[in-house]
Amino acid sequence: MSQVTLDRIALAAVLVAIWQILHQIAGAFALPSPYATLQMAGVLLGEEDFARHALASLKALAAATAIAVLGGTALGLWLGTARLAAAVAEPFLTAIYALPKVTLYPMILLIFGLGLQSKIAFGALHGIMPITIFVMTGVRSISPVLLKTARSMRLSPWQSAMRIVLPAALPELLSGLRVGLSLTLLGTLIGEMFASREGIGFLLVQGITLLDGERILALTLLLFAFSVSMNLLLYSAEYRLRGRLRPQG
Amino acid sequence: MIAGWRLLALRWAVLIGALGALEAACRFGAIDRLVLLPPTEMLASAVRLVASGKAVPDLLATGRIMAVAIVASLLLGTAGGIALHALPRLKRALAPLLSSYYSVPVFVLYPVLILIFGLNDLPLIIIGALFAVIIMAQNTMNGLDRIPLALDKTARMLRLSAWQRVFHVMLPAAFPYLIVGAKLAVAYCFIGVIAGEFILSTIGMGHAIAFAYNDFDNPAMYGLMTLVVVIATTINLSLHAWEHRVRRRREGA
Repeated sequence: MSQVTLDRIALAAVLVAIWQILHQIAGAFALPSPYATLQMAGVLLGEEDFARHALASLKALAAATAIAVLGGTALGLWLGTARLAAAVAEPFLTAIYALPKVTLYPMILLIFGLGLQSKIAFGALHGIMPITIFVMTGVRSISPVLLKTARSMRLSPWQSAMRIVLPAALPELLSGLRVGLSLTLLGTLIGEMFASREGIGFLLVQGITLLDGERILALTLLLFAFSVSMNLLLYSAEYRLRGRLRPQG
Repeated sequence: MIAGWRLLALRWAVLIGALGALEAACRFGAIDRLVLLPPTEMLASAVRLVASGKAVPDLLATGRIMAVAIVASLLLGTAGGIALHALPRLKRALAPLLSSYYSVPVFVLYPVLILIFGLNDLPLIIIGALFAVIIMAQNTMNGLDRIPLALDKTARMLRLSAWQRVFHVMLPAAFPYLIVGAKLAVAYCFIGVIAGEFILSTIGMGHAIAFAYNDFDNPAMYGLMTLVVVIATTINLSLHAWEHRVRRRREGA
């Protein structure tokens, strides 16, 4: 086993120990023990009800991610190639990226109504900015030789976007997706917490109303496991891609 | 490249054009007043809310909570970033946790904090700081990792103590990254505090917005939103401008 793996196991053990100690101090009501939480997570995973809610969240997440990726890639490609548009848009991008979008949630509710659509809209709203920014940066860092080659081969804008710009910017697209996906998940969950009858966010709010600490922590643990594994998956894809794209020799 | 003032004029034109289009769409009935108000009415409502003093207690409450949370997360985040930079093994072990941190809705812990500390400022401060501290630590770490080796060697040659190295070499060299960290920390802190106020609180802008929403009081709701958006954007763009100034000065030197 590599040193990093050993370190990670040790770290996990330390974190669990800290959790256990905090549990001893705060009491089982405020902070359930790691063991009780794990048990609860097991119970949840076996419940049919949980599967239904998890599926609802996944659906919303998938739709929001699809919108964020399509919209973000298109915007990023445009801003990456059109210099003037990018220069004009730059402060707007930073401002919108940093905007506490939670504040706007009631507005999204008024526009899209209570339910799936506002969840998706809110998720996509969170994910689209990082993807736009990463793709834009990726497109700008494409070697000019590639673009000149495209011009000298008389590729149409669509052809050069599909054959040259997108493949060259793919690693950045994946980084953007990694950052964007986590924000989209956050947006979707917040959406479910405020106004929804299904989804993991709804289960969380239910746990809050019932003051069921075990349920809250178990759901948080499952969410954490989900997002860490998605993150690692995208990270390894990005790493492999960068390795392949790096100039040889 | 396009001249500075023309760029600025274009940006304003885009902003005013977009707001004007929205205004027209609302005025001419393309957008229902129950959904969205014209921007001028939002602004008028925001001004009224401040001038009449109605929004002032909520503004002050959110401001107070944010200020404490941000100061705490800047201090802790910078210290954490320095510690992680000094302990590369810990940093490598923590990497997957740190990069997934922001996809977990940390504020599900908010009710737990209320159970422990009661319904007062403290749970909101902690949740705001929890949102902000990690991004600050990450940016501090990034900045420290990029310090030229020569600086570090010079510091060692001059036999600076660890304390002196941190305060006279490392932190000044990483300063632009610290500003980026602070900028993002403020942005994340806003999310944490406002979301917390939304869910469960008796004060603050988030609480006031949720209250107006449930009350079908669109003018108040959009006025309050305008206030938050304007304040958050002003802070963010000021920090952004500061960051650019510092970077330009460094590149010029």
